[in-house]
Amino acid sequence: MQALTNRVKVLEQKPMSFAERMYFPAILKGMGITFSHIFKKKATISYPEEKRPFSPVFRGLHVLNRDEEGKERCTACGLCAVACPAEAITMEAAERKQNEEHLYREEKYAAKYEINMLRCIFCGLCEEACPKDAIYLTETFAPANFTRDSFIYGKSDLLIPDPTTQPEQLKAAKGLSEDQTNIKK
Amino acid sequence: MMLLFDIALFLEKFSLIVVVILGLLGIALYTTFAERKVAAIIQDRKGPNRAGPLGLLQPLADGVKLFMKEEIIPLTANKWLFILGPCLAMLTAMMTSAVIPWSSAIDFFGRKIQLQIADINIGMLYVFGVVSMGVYGIMIGGWASNNKFSLLAAIRGASQIISYELAMGLTLIALLMLTGSLSLKTIVEQQMQSGIWNIVYQPVGFVIFLICAFAECNRTPFDLPEAENELNFGYHQEYSSLKLGFYLFSEYINMFISGAIMSTLFFGGYDIPFLNEAKLAETIGGNIVALMGIVALLLKVVFFLFLFMWVRWTIPRFRYDQLMDLGWKKLIPLALVNMLITGAVILWLNK
Repeated sequence: MQALTNRVKVLEQKPMSFAERMYFPAILKGMGITFSHIFKKKATISYPEEKRPFSPVFRGLHVLNRDEEGKERCTACGLCAVACPAEAITMEAAERKQNEEHLYREEKYAAKYEINMLRCIFCGLCEEACPKDAIYLTETFAPANFTRDSFIYGKSDLLIPDPTTQPEQLKAAKGLSEDQTNIKK
Repeated sequence: MMLLFDIALFLEKFSLIVVVILGLLGIALYTTFAERKVAAIIQDRKGPNRAGPLGLLQPLADGVKLFMKEEIIPLTANKWLFILGPCLAMLTAMMTSAVIPWSSAIDFFGRKIQLQIADINIGMLYVFGVVSMGVYGIMIGGWASNNKFSLLAAIRGASQIISYELAMGLTLIALLMLTGSLSLKTIVEQQMQSGIWNIVYQPVGFVIFLICAFAECNRTPFDLPEAENELNFGYHQEYSSLKLGFYLFSEYINMFISGAIMSTLFFGGYDIPFLNEAKLAETIGGNIVALMGIVALLLKVVFFLFLFMWVRWTIPRFRYDQLMDLGWKKLIPLALVNMLITGAVILWLNK
């Protein structure tokens, strides 16, 4: 049969020569290889002390954003819940009252906003669907826990600290995520 | 009837036995740690490093874990044999240490103490006898588990050890032609006096002995009795808690002992290379030289332990037929030829 390309390698299956049947040279060679690995750089990242760097487009835990005056951006339009392929997001809308203008940006807001982190597949479609820039995926991931309930993140877990009343906490929260990206180059 | 009971001799031997047994247990603990570390660094990992500085307390954590585990004796198991198995494995592993000369004699308040539990004139035969008893630990454990995998492992272990013991014995005969003595102490002293280790006269014998030692210790590439992926840990599959620990520790003690025996037979035992111990003892005292001898022996053994681990993480396991082929068709003829040539050369030199 004619070869289609000239890259064909013909393998010969000869019976092993006496030297090969001794196995010792091959074994010594193999041992040399494993010995050289003793001096190679270790691939391990000692986790709590060192952290693996995430790429800038890493999609981790969600946050609910506020604007510069500390008002919640989310208007409970439900687009994120619709976009969510895992049906991880549920919300309940409410109407903004007379003296709540400093809390919510629009006249409608999310009274309840829950993401089930066990269902979430961190695809980021909610982030893309949001017309108000209210939901973002950060570079942290959900910490381990013992109960399923604790993986349902409510508004208190998701909202970022208010830049007007808690500027330090906001800075700390941002610093943490920056730390995680810069800790190991 | 007068019963002469030398209380000092009793105390001397008793304390020596206690030290050796505790030492062996400690060494077994830390050999498991070393094995995990060596495995890790050969595979580009870091190995256990969480318990204590550099992970040095890891063996203690492992030991505590083994103690705390539930002790299970399967319903269908033969209860007495099930308990006897690990006991025998541990006992035989420990017993071989009795004839190993750890160093030259030390002077303890005017009393000359031999750093060897028993210098019997059939030392090497004793080691062989005890080692072949060690296979009963595996056989009884595998049989008593009443589990087909364990039984298969026990059969493999028994046949493997029997096949490799033959070649091992034949290399030893060649060595005995050279030394003319079975006492390990005498063998070491001969090597110390001539300054030439037996490895120089018996390189082929040493290689065969080394391969057989791997097989006797059930170490990779001859770890068929505990082949994890075929037999689910083989003969100690049904074992838990400290009974499992006994099997695992006895394997490491066996490794240590076979390292010590190889050092003694082929690498001059407690002989420090390129050094005249007798001369040195006159200047700095016999006790210090004896301690240096212990260190020299331990260093040699540590090298062998590393070799055991190094080979384990390099070479895959033999298939059963390959194992038998190597043992019966390669090593035994080679050992026989080695023995004949050694005998012929000795006869020729003596005329």
